[in-house]
Amino acid sequence: MESAFGALSKTMPHDQTRMMPPLLQLQGMTKSFPGVLANEAVDLEVMEGEIHALLGENGAGKSTLVKMIYGILKPDAGVMSWKNAPVNIQNPAVARALGIVMVFQHFSLFDSMSVLENIALGVERGTDKSELENRIVEISNRYGLPLDPGRHVYTLSVGERQRIEIIRCLLQNPKLLVMDEPTSVLTPQEVTKLFETLNRLSEEGVAILYISHKLNEIKALCRKATILRNGKVVASVEVESETPQSLAAKMMGEALQAPSARHHRKAGEVRLEIDGLHNTATDQFSISLKDIRLKVQSGEIVGIAGVAGNGQDELLRAINGEEMCQPADAIQINHQPCANQGPNQRRGLGMASIPEERLGYGAVPAMNLLQNTLLTAFQRLGLVKAGFVDNRRCKSFCLGILESFNVTSSGVLAEAGSLSGGNLQKFIVGREINQTPSVLVVSQPTWGVDAGAAQTIHHALHKLAENGTAILVISQDLDELMGLCDRIAAICSGTLTRAAPVSEITIEQIGMMMAGIENPGTEKSQDVCQPG
Amino acid sequence: MADILIAAILTIITAATPLVYAALGEMITEKSGVLNLGVEGMILVGAVAGFATIHSTGSAALAIFAGLAAGALLASVFALLVLGFQATQVATGLALTIFGIGVSALVGQDLVGIAYDGLPKISIPLLSSIPVIGPLLFQHDILVYGSFALVFLVAWFLKNTRPGLVLRAVGNSHDAAHAIGYPVIRIRYMAILFGGAMAGLAGAYLSLAYSPLWIENMSAGRGWIALALVVFATWRPWRVFFGAYLFGGITIFQLHAQAFGVGVPAQIMSMLPYLATIVVLVIISRDINKIKLNAPMCIGKPFHPTA
Repeated sequence: MESAFGALSKTMPHDQTRMMPPLLQLQGMTKSFPGVLANEAVDLEVMEGEIHALLGENGAGKSTLVKMIYGILKPDAGVMSWKNAPVNIQNPAVARALGIVMVFQHFSLFDSMSVLENIALGVERGTDKSELENRIVEISNRYGLPLDPGRHVYTLSVGERQRIEIIRCLLQNPKLLVMDEPTSVLTPQEVTKLFETLNRLSEEGVAILYISHKLNEIKALCRKATILRNGKVVASVEVESETPQSLAAKMMGEALQAPSARHHRKAGEVRLEIDGLHNTATDQFSISLKDIRLKVQSGEIVGIAGVAGNGQDELLRAINGEEMCQPADAIQINHQPCANQGPNQRRGLGMASIPEERLGYGAVPAMNLLQNTLLTAFQRLGLVKAGFVDNRRCKSFCLGILESFNVTSSGVLAEAGSLSGGNLQKFIVGREINQTPSVLVVSQPTWGVDAGAAQTIHHALHKLAENGTAILVISQDLDELMGLCDRIAAICSGTLTRAAPVSEITIEQIGMMMAGIENPGTEKSQDVCQPG
Repeated sequence: MADILIAAILTIITAATPLVYAALGEMITEKSGVLNLGVEGMILVGAVAGFATIHSTGSAALAIFAGLAAGALLASVFALLVLGFQATQVATGLALTIFGIGVSALVGQDLVGIAYDGLPKISIPLLSSIPVIGPLLFQHDILVYGSFALVFLVAWFLKNTRPGLVLRAVGNSHDAAHAIGYPVIRIRYMAILFGGAMAGLAGAYLSLAYSPLWIENMSAGRGWIALALVVFATWRPWRVFFGAYLFGGITIFQLHAQAFGVGVPAQIMSMLPYLATIVVLVIISRDINKIKLNAPMCIGKPFHPTA
């Protein structure tokens, strides 16, 4: 594979390459963590003004690579050159001095500080406060990134927080901007805006290393792409001559399975009914739920799309019983009013739920898999008799999960915290699905897991629905929802839209619903959502 | 009457000064995201070092410096353990207090029963002769003036300087600060040392000025009051300062109440600072924003730089 890449870059006639050296060149970058070879002999070239995609699945080693470029991680081997001169980037300060800046996937912001203070922390010392404020305003106007310097970060939306990061980077007159999955938290409209900014920067000569696994974005934005799989470069391509399918094939390394057919499913009676659910926020960091109405029938998967922090967490907690509300019939499971009951009563009525957070929420990290199995399954499966745990049955049920979901672990006595993210998620999903609930509520079922595990989980959800369970999926990943669901609703500041059948709706329309624009599909709002 | 009042206020100032030092130092430590429960131990070490130095050299300046250095030295042990070896902050801090009590008693064995005149009062010319205000504000020893200056300095440092901003940032999110490229460990090291030095000064004040002698365990729980005071003040320097005077006032009131035979048991009076802290904690916990804005979010969490 690597020799193929070498041949590719040699035969590729590239005028720019001859005229000037690459801005950044990596040769043989290698980094291993205990048990994993995260990067193996990775080569990469980024030219000035180029928008270069770094493509790969979760766990392919993209983040590790850019962390080495930015000096957060030290490579085990490999040479980095900057404008043809070898450099040793020991820490982020060195990277910044060269002109390398980075926007992180998880923002490095300080919640309780103002926008101005956050930006001041990221620029060189000795900058005067009022001068800095002027420059922030100037840059935010120039690149269309509106931001109020005086506001505190915790009051801002995720999109606004990302703007802080971008402006902080732009203030340093960067030569290379590294963006780690910048769109995973944005609405489609915000993505369009971001792309405008990035194109503008590219025209001004700033190189952009754009990390993503979203193929459409890369097609829309990037000129070249380097594709990583299992820590190795498998291809380096001109994006123009590729299709999303061919990129996906290179990224996944195996033929993509077509999304499971939905036509085996037959919607039956209503299993979960939410009728006029209200929930007042307890503090200003949570969202009030406003008049939520939704019905999920047996054999049906309904998706809830939305940008993080629009009430998804609150909705999940209201449905699974962590937050109880009034009146009791605002939530009905199998026609039993239960809005005023706790999680165990609701589980008794036939509900199971899978939260977004795996460690410390979906599972207790320091407990073994057997104990974690018992925690949610004891009631439905009768694993506790007269106050005593039926260890034999618990063990056989747990082994069943590990087998049917292909969980790689050292056995039922493995600590939950010792499993990799994907394996733990398979375990948690399996634990709930194998209890054959009649209603399943699941949040971000495949967040942060590799493609193989995601496929297993999606397949299991489809199968569960075929067997008559009513499933509600809350996710930020629209592709996932489009592939899984029969109907999709969107949540925006605590208000849930009508759930529309997937056959009648486009991603752009969901995007508008996520942004709180009602009645998608009307002619008037069409121009808002032209994809980049 | 005015004389009695002035005398009372003067005793409040002497009671509050060690609290101001210890609590402001601890506040800086906590702002960087480290909880050092060893304040009591550091105060005692500072007290015994200060008193031993004045006894052997007779130099007040050297004695004050010795107190400061002893506090910082003990704090550097704490810093090495929690930053270098990633030890649990709570347990290490408690151990530090116990160690400080023991080591100060050991070192101070031969100093018990010796008396010293106390730090010289420095009267500021002209200003000190103003009636009422003069004796209240301008006839103190150097450490009292120093405590006034310290609160101005700390408040200004946190609010207006870049190192102050970085310090708050490190306490707010050490991962983010590390990602931007700030040396989290080094900054915390310095914050812990500063906290220790100030606790040492508080101790020196106790053994050189407040009651100029050495007795075992003479800090009598002031380290714990200082810790409570930081939370009570929601990590704001001026509130720490006024809180110190409030708590100092309560201590003095308790002494005088006893002398006048007020029928409130002394134990209840000595509970007051802690009760007040609990009440304030309950009140501020109701408003998460207040905590979010000033409390260091990373407090007590160990930092692993490679993660």
